[in-house]
Amino acid sequence: MIALQSVSKHFQHRGKPVAALANVTLEIAKGDFVAIIGPSGSGKSTFLHLLGGMLSPTEGKVRIGSDSLYDLTSDERSALRKKKIGFVFQTFNLVPYLTALENVQVPLVLAGLGEDEQKRRAESLLGRLGLSDRLDHKPRELSVGQQQRVALARMLANDPALILADEPTGNLDPETAEGIMDFLGELNGEGRTIVMVTHDLRLAGRAKRALRLVNGAIQPNGHAQSLAPNPASS
Amino acid sequence: MKIQTLVWREIFERKNQLATSFLAILLGVSVIVAMKNITFYSEKAVAYQLDALGANILILPKSASLQDYYGADMQNGEFPEEYVTRLTTSDLQGLDNLSPKFSVPVEAAGRRFILTGILPKNEFQAKAAWQGVGIFSRPEGCGVAVDVPGAAAAPAKEMLVRKRVIQTLGTNEVMLGADMAAALKLTEGSTVPLLGRTFTVTAILPQTGTVDDSRAFAHLHTVQQLAGKGAVLNAIEIVGCCNQISKGLVQKINQLLPDAKVATITQIVDTQIKTNRMMGRLSLLFLTIIVLVGGASIANYMFANVFERRREIGTLMALGAGSPVVLRMFLLKALWLGLAGGVGGYVLGTAMAVILGPRVAGVPVLPMLTTLFWAVGVAVLVCMAATYLPARRAARLDPSAALQEI
Repeated sequence: MIALQSVSKHFQHRGKPVAALANVTLEIAKGDFVAIIGPSGSGKSTFLHLLGGMLSPTEGKVRIGSDSLYDLTSDERSALRKKKIGFVFQTFNLVPYLTALENVQVPLVLAGLGEDEQKRRAESLLGRLGLSDRLDHKPRELSVGQQQRVALARMLANDPALILADEPTGNLDPETAEGIMDFLGELNGEGRTIVMVTHDLRLAGRAKRALRLVNGAIQPNGHAQSLAPNPASS
Repeated sequence: MKIQTLVWREIFERKNQLATSFLAILLGVSVIVAMKNITFYSEKAVAYQLDALGANILILPKSASLQDYYGADMQNGEFPEEYVTRLTTSDLQGLDNLSPKFSVPVEAAGRRFILTGILPKNEFQAKAAWQGVGIFSRPEGCGVAVDVPGAAAAPAKEMLVRKRVIQTLGTNEVMLGADMAAALKLTEGSTVPLLGRTFTVTAILPQTGTVDDSRAFAHLHTVQQLAGKGAVLNAIEIVGCCNQISKGLVQKINQLLPDAKVATITQIVDTQIKTNRMMGRLSLLFLTIIVLVGGASIANYMFANVFERRREIGTLMALGAGSPVVLRMFLLKALWLGLAGGVGGYVLGTAMAVILGPRVAGVPVLPMLTTLFWAVGVAVLVCMAATYLPARRAARLDPSAALQEI
């Protein structure tokens, strides 16, 4: 379970304090699929990075399971991310000079796996995402949809229990975006917890529940399905 | 895949950006290697010239003047042969060869020559007091007796001329200088009467252009006996190690033998010392340049590289890479840059030295393996030191900021 207890995050912008998160208390159960929605600049990515142990809160505590995230050292948080957390980015963030296979191998290298095991697992994951014939392609030789699928394979490499997705379909066409959402749903079905940031209400409707971020405060929206626009009206 | 693979792929992906830094380190190292290589052989050549010149330290009676270095032993004044014992039993470093001499004027066929008594090497080794001191057992080459490429070893017959030392010499044997042999029309095997004794000519010495060409060399004790002077000398010639001379060997001999005069070919030694100092200063100057220019270029490139790759670094951190991994990535890159620059600089610098050495310094130059280790060491050290701060900045990068700001 993920728990945020009275978490606030303040930035200084040109000498003036800006509240990105204000006294957020939240629990996300294991196996949940939560969509965080809100306008651009509302602090959605800040929220996600805070959950991922990459941005310490000004106040409050963030717990993942039994670990109080920011009571750990930076390197301990890195180790925790390596074991338990998978990131998906809007811009995929693939390493441009590595092939698809090597990009997926990166988390496995960091985890200290042997080369044969790395290759076997990376090939298997890329196969699962339909990229068996693109193993030796560099990111620039792949379509954006294929790039995001490589990023998903990379995110799954260490079999994370928690997936943090930052606008995972933001750069994709609707059809490809649907495919990615289907895949995230599939991963959630396997018991993984997913927290997805998006400003696409229709995609947020694919989550089990949605939370709206307004002025740094979380406002529950209840069932995410209620966010989805009525197909008849669109 | 390994972390090393990531480093290699990144180097080749952005090789053009790395080219300037690589060039800076390559050129810096190659200039230093070339200078060290040429200097080494230049010093050897100077040492060889000194070696060819023969003895470079003379011990004379206190009253002797130094107007003619080669004829300095032909003046009035003597000192005890026991001085040789003092020298050989002292702890002085840098005495390569020692040749005690006693000279007297002689007449032959109506002409004046010099009969010089010398002590053969085998008698040095036979004397209990001098044995084990190591004057002759010490390996030669501390700056005097050296091998120079292209220079053949001196024939045994020339040892006396070059090193003032002869292995054996019988009591009735004599070696003649070139002019004396020509004037008396003597050849090897013929006999010559000197101071009432008949000597057999065992060797005619090569022309030297010095007063030695008019000398006859016989056994020291024979000459002492014929002159009726007892165990005295009027000169000790020493082949002194140039490095030790520069460290004050002459002054130390002076302290050991306060009643004698110690002279050296100071101009030649000074020239070498000045050359060595100049080369040393130039090498230091280039080392400073490589550290400053090469280091600054590498540091600048690495800072730019960290800035350009901050999203990649942020992503790696999001995937679980800790600070040590990021630090290692950049230091590995610096290591490879240093290795490539060092090896490349060695190859280029050695080629420059071999090609330019004979033209610039007038000495033949051969590749030296020791400079490879030196070149690689300097290049790696400069690269690692220049990369450390940028690498530390990368390792301390805030992944959240790195991912959000782009």
